Amino acid sequence: MIVEVKGIGKTYDNGVEALRDVNLAFPQGKLTSLLGPSGCGKTTLLKIIAGLIPRNAGEVLVKGKVVDGPGPERAFVFQDFALLPWADVLRNVAFGLELRGIERKEREEVARRYIAEVGLEGFEHRHPAQLSGGMRQRVGLARALTVNAEIILMDEPFSSVDEQTRRKFQEDLLDLLRHHQKTVIFVTHSIEEAAYLSDQIALLSPRPGKVSRIVHPNVDRGKNPDEIRRDRNYLDTVDEIWGMLRQYV
Amino acid sequence: MARTTEAAGRLGWQLASFALFFGAWELAGRWPLSAAFPAFSSTFLALMEMLRDGSLGKAYWLTLQPLAIGIVLCGLAGIGFGIGMGLSRTVEWLTLPVFVILQAAPMAAIIPLITYVYGIGLTSKVLAVTLLAAPVIVMNSYKGIRNTHPSLLQMCRSFQGTRRQEVVKIILPHAAALIFTGLRLGLAMGFIGIVIAELLITPTGIGDLITYHSSVADYPKMFATIASIVAVAAISLHLLQRLEQRLFP
Repeated sequence: MIVEVKGIGKTYDNGVEALRDVNLAFPQGKLTSLLGPSGCGKTTLLKIIAGLIPRNAGEVLVKGKVVDGPGPERAFVFQDFALLPWADVLRNVAFGLELRGIERKEREEVARRYIAEVGLEGFEHRHPAQLSGGMRQRVGLARALTVNAEIILMDEPFSSVDEQTRRKFQEDLLDLLRHHQKTVIFVTHSIEEAAYLSDQIALLSPRPGKVSRIVHPNVDRGKNPDEIRRDRNYLDTVDEIWGMLRQYV
Repeated sequence: MARTTEAAGRLGWQLASFALFFGAWELAGRWPLSAAFPAFSSTFLALMEMLRDGSLGKAYWLTLQPLAIGIVLCGLAGIGFGIGMGLSRTVEWLTLPVFVILQAAPMAAIIPLITYVYGIGLTSKVLAVTLLAAPVIVMNSYKGIRNTHPSLLQMCRSFQGTRRQEVVKIILPHAAALIFTGLRLGLAMGFIGIVIAELLITPTGIGDLITYHSSVADYPKMFATIASIVAVAAISLHLLQRLEQRLFP
């Protein structure tokens, strides 16, 4: 278990209790989804794991050690991409390394490699405003990969990406993450997305957010994407999750 | 090719609109609308004469000096205050009310007060410009800093950026466009301030030319002076806006 959260509780200043006594374990090299209706505190939980917002109770352990803030072993991919609008793709992708004081030549070399990996070769000198939503999120993903963190935290990364682009992006993401053997924690509100991508799905119930179930889709990853989407286990998982979530909507 | 014809077409319309405006002015002057309303042609001749005898040049020299000094002072101190207020709650608490009041106060009522304290010299004029221009410059810088996109700040923290990096690499570049807009609006206020100061307190420069020619009933020269200051203000603000669009697309 590379990441563990124990007894996490979070109440916002306005008195809203977002999370209560959340316990979860994230196995190394696997993709775990946090799935639930909006307002169930899944993004809050992810940001607590990232160390971006403080918790009121419990602890977050990364590789057995309690962490209280961001760290080099975790990289975050933002829902709204969080790209610098005044910087080109190359600088945006290299920005994590720039903050770490890596020299320009070196960091741009690393950045170019990951720009190619996410399929944005030739777009190095475009600015975010000149890119589509899907391409912007590829920039966000490349930036998270450059810092070589073992754990990638993704907050609804495909929610502002159109449907066709999303499928292709999901497939690329699976390939990329398997290849680099990353541990991924992935927030989504899409049941299909969770069932398609995840090794493990944590279902959260709303207000206050609690883990209501953990589902293991058991989808055979050796198959190609279209076969997976027709796979019995995949379809059963989608049905099973929908059966559990419909009481909240 | 299409673009040049389009640009030529636009220029044509602009020229036509100027011709219409000046034509109507000429007619209204010859009709005559009022004994104190000179035709465009006589105003234009008066302008030429004032340019030739140097009285207009001398007046602009006296008027633009305090305007420039005031704007530079506001630029340095105002942006400094704005950034300080944006970055520090203490500075915000101390200074924000002052600028909110200044922004709401009817300045024409305050300007005569300056005369009591600083007399009728250059200092008063600079102070008048500063009083009018400072609030908008400060408030824009402050808002530019405060409105930094929160997810960009979280992004910086997630890559373990320091507070210094956060300010230099994210907050300041993000605020630059609004700060520049503040300077442009500040200059617009500065033009108002300087003319009011010259009309109300210090009979020198452009304000003096207007008052003097009005008192001796030389209306073409009075109108020429007014038209020239309107044109100078409009053109310099327009050029700044063009520069702004170039710098911050």
